[in-house]
Amino acid sequence: MPNLFVIFFGAILINNFVLTRFLGICPFLGVSRKVETAIGMSLAVIFVMTVASLATWTIQTYLLIPFEMLYLRTIAFILVIAVLVQFVEMVMLKVTPTLYQALGVYLPLITTNCAVLGVTLINLNENYTLVESLVHGFAGAVGFGLAIVIFAGIRERLDYAPIPKALEGFPIALIVAGLLSMSFLGFQGLL
Amino acid sequence: MSSLRVFWRGLLDENPVFRLLLGMCPTLAVSTAAVNGLGMGLAATAVLVASNILISLMRPIIPDKIRIPCYIVVIATFVTMVDLLMEAFVPGLHGVLGIFIPLIVVNCIILQRAEAFASKNGVFLSAIDGIGMGLGFTLALIILASVREVLGAGTLFGLTLMPAAFEPMKLMVSPPGAFIGLGLIIGLINYVQNLREVRRRA
Repeated sequence: MPNLFVIFFGAILINNFVLTRFLGICPFLGVSRKVETAIGMSLAVIFVMTVASLATWTIQTYLLIPFEMLYLRTIAFILVIAVLVQFVEMVMLKVTPTLYQALGVYLPLITTNCAVLGVTLINLNENYTLVESLVHGFAGAVGFGLAIVIFAGIRERLDYAPIPKALEGFPIALIVAGLLSMSFLGFQGLL
Repeated sequence: MSSLRVFWRGLLDENPVFRLLLGMCPTLAVSTAAVNGLGMGLAATAVLVASNILISLMRPIIPDKIRIPCYIVVIATFVTMVDLLMEAFVPGLHGVLGIFIPLIVVNCIILQRAEAFASKNGVFLSAIDGIGMGLGFTLALIILASVREVLGAGTLFGLTLMPAAFEPMKLMVSPPGAFIGLGLIIGLINYVQNLREVRRRA
């Protein structure tokens, strides 16, 4: 149990997926113009990353390891994630059409979110058990959500700030992300 | 479009990192030292060239509706090959780059070139495009990594560059340094470009 606690808070605060591990930077920079879309994106990512951790752990333990095909993990995992995202899309369309509408184009884009493939590969490298993988996948996605929502909040203010012309848009966003990352360094000694 | 033009476009005008803003995760993550940047850039270039060639060859037989999954399988195959080759021949570098080698699969540059270029052009041009874009990515990684290594550790490609009195800025090799360094470099490029435009108009 204490181990799960360490994994949970470690993935959210200390090894934050976006700000420390540099996973999922594309959606972090791309979908962070408004707080609402950032929240929608994080919810979808939380779901996909948790289920992807479950699915890839099962495939790895019952398929890849018994048949000694571990070298196929990259191909197997990316296909699982692609199928999973498609599946989530279809289920959402049937069950909660409103949420589906709200997420729109961001749903299929989760396939190429490297945080999802990243979390499954980290689970594999760290030899996590099923429960540990689930906690790590969930917490990693929560950390992603935390970072992207804070960042979106700052960027909404940034629109009204006087910024040197050369730094407008992307460069200032990166510098703000750097400052955010610096503040997360403060959690380093927490556990 | 001439092949020379296709080549230079990837290196400068449409540099994947500085101009198209693609492939940010590996750029930020592995640019702590120039050697890592070079290794990552070359690995991605190899995958990019190989996948561009194969996808261009398979143009007639890939059905339009499932082309993205097809591209991903092709890319993942080459990434696995590069991953295993690097583990066998350069285990040290493989250890440092770690998880970011398998993550080349989801590097947006490679999928974007497959979708935007290789699926519409011949084999030769696609290969040139792969080389140009790959080297552009490598160049960007080396520039960012050199800045971070010189300021953060006082060395370049492992050679001591700064005098002994130089106090390394630890911040530059830690995660925030990656964001801030890349932001300032892109800002500088924008500044130079604005200056040139003003001069052209004057």
